Amino acid sequence: MLGIKFISSFFILIRLQQIVKSYNLGKQQFPVLKGIDLEISEGEIVSIMGSSGSGKTTLLNVLGLLDNYDQGSYFLDGMLMKNLSQTQSARLRNKMIGFVFQSFNLLSFKNAMENVALPLYYQKVSRSVRNKVALDYLDRVGLKDWANHMPGELSGGQKQRVAIARALISKPRVIFADEPTGALDSQTSLEVIGLLKEINRNGITVIIVTHEDDISKMTSRIIRLKDGKVVVPDVFPQVIND
Amino acid sequence: MIFQRDTWQEIFETIGRNKLRSFLAAFSVAWGIFILVILSAAGNGLQHGAQSQFANDAANSIWIDGGHTSRIYKGFKPNREIILNNRDYFAIRKELPLLDFGSGIVNGWGTKEISYKKERAGVIVRPVFPEHINLEKAFLLQGRFINQLDIEQYAKVCCIGIPIANTFFKKENPIGKYLDIERTKYKVVGVFDDHGNNDNYRTYIPVTTAQKAWNLKTNLNTIWVSTGTASLKESQEMTTHIKKKLAEIHHFDENDPDAVGIYNNNEEYVRVLNLLSGIQIFVTIMGMFTLFAGIVGVSNIMMIIVKERTKEIGIRKALGAGPLSLVGQIVLESIFLTGCAGYCGLISGVGIIEAIKSYGIDSDYFKNPDVNIGMAIFSTALLVVSGLVAGLVPGLRAAKIHPVEALRND
Repeated sequence: MLGIKFISSFFILIRLQQIVKSYNLGKQQFPVLKGIDLEISEGEIVSIMGSSGSGKTTLLNVLGLLDNYDQGSYFLDGMLMKNLSQTQSARLRNKMIGFVFQSFNLLSFKNAMENVALPLYYQKVSRSVRNKVALDYLDRVGLKDWANHMPGELSGGQKQRVAIARALISKPRVIFADEPTGALDSQTSLEVIGLLKEINRNGITVIIVTHEDDISKMTSRIIRLKDGKVVVPDVFPQVIND
Repeated sequence: MIFQRDTWQEIFETIGRNKLRSFLAAFSVAWGIFILVILSAAGNGLQHGAQSQFANDAANSIWIDGGHTSRIYKGFKPNREIILNNRDYFAIRKELPLLDFGSGIVNGWGTKEISYKKERAGVIVRPVFPEHINLEKAFLLQGRFINQLDIEQYAKVCCIGIPIANTFFKKENPIGKYLDIERTKYKVVGVFDDHGNNDNYRTYIPVTTAQKAWNLKTNLNTIWVSTGTASLKESQEMTTHIKKKLAEIHHFDENDPDAVGIYNNNEEYVRVLNLLSGIQIFVTIMGMFTLFAGIVGVSNIMMIIVKERTKEIGIRKALGAGPLSLVGQIVLESIFLTGCAGYCGLISGVGIIEAIKSYGIDSDYFKNPDVNIGMAIFSTALLVVSGLVAGLVPGLRAAKIHPVEALRND
């Protein structure tokens, strides 16, 4: 048991090699990621920090297969993520990745349970089964009694917990959270991060993009971005403070 | 995917969320189909009207008139008058046994004064042969028409239209009574009915009687024959044959265009029918264009829906919706919308047409405007296809939405 955990914690889930990504603005190209090298092991909880414009959201989009990259290579679970068709990347997103967004991104016309169940709809799970599973996940985030409420009737913290339940329902290998506490007060923020840490303890890799030191301090590792590059070897956090 | 309850639940949800917009889009399609149905039915009505017009007189007939030669022929100078006569009529009948019916007319177009007791009126008196009634497609209400014996014996008899009988004889029985036509007594032997074209305000008398009474030798102004079931081509051959025969009798060049006038109604009939199918096609195309405008409307609205749902689509994509599922959903939504709306348009169009029919607006040129099954099937197929077309572009647009950009617009 211990052995397995030991091995799995050293399994490299995400490996980026010299990732370059530019955006076209008119005729000009704006490089955003200028050669990112990164390794994240399975079971880690990592935060990505950086000032606005440092490329952290772009990096998250590349990692989450929401966006493609121009150069370099990205291995997820040992597979090279390059030249994926839309269908392929949609399937990988559905099976391996869970997203938690700053603005929650719940569908306003579906109730909490239906929102949580949505990823299973795209796995062609029948309605009754996926609603049952969704209730189970809502229970885990403490919102079972709110299953039939619409997002508009929920508080920010509740919405984010619904979003987390939705991210978990397809049993992903990694959860990407983009400023998950950006729209929440500090007390609720702590609750949400606590929830993410608990998820991580169950073996799911969690990657949080944030600009709040309080949040990043709660993760096991901080990756700092500046001008599209990882600035400092992240194993020596004390160097950063100088 | 089409048969999954989930898919339809998603579709009803989105349609329900945009009620007014969905209604407006649906209305434009319903309107398009409605107009298409009405126009097509109107086209049918026109066609039926024209067909019944031709049905009044023999559509398959040939008219032959006299004329003046325009070419030198065997020592004859041009501009010689060719006058048709009874001999020509019998020669044509003998030469072309395939002709159905035939008649000749002389001085039959002017109004003549006729009277009975103190009643008098101006009526067309038309001297004809016995088969004339068949060419007019008139039918006898009473007595008989002019017969062969009348022709041979120069009998002073007449057959009158029903309104003339009503005017002169009121409640009396007209048969056996004597009408005064230009100071000569004619015995009424029959009453006919030939509605349409005002053909009822006529009195028919034997052609030979008129020739003798009005001192016209055996001259005829016009010979009228019907070609039976002959095809257009056969009737054209008959026309050539008749002209050849007349050229032989009257010694003129058979290629002389002016010696006699021959009008083949078959050609006219085919031309009018072609014209009407032309109108029908035109009208259908007009309807299609109206429908097309409706489709563009739906497409436009689906486009707006996609635009408005950019964020939702972005979320769905992030959660693992593949492009096929997105295109499928939009296209199905569009087909469902156009299908339902179009069906309403179809039903109300047919309803209006049926209402008009039962109200009765038939006239000489417009009869029985109906929507045939073929049209209904065609419209249904058109609806599905147009739904598909209307949904495809917005659907593809939805599939192309980039989740990053979609989620960014807050």
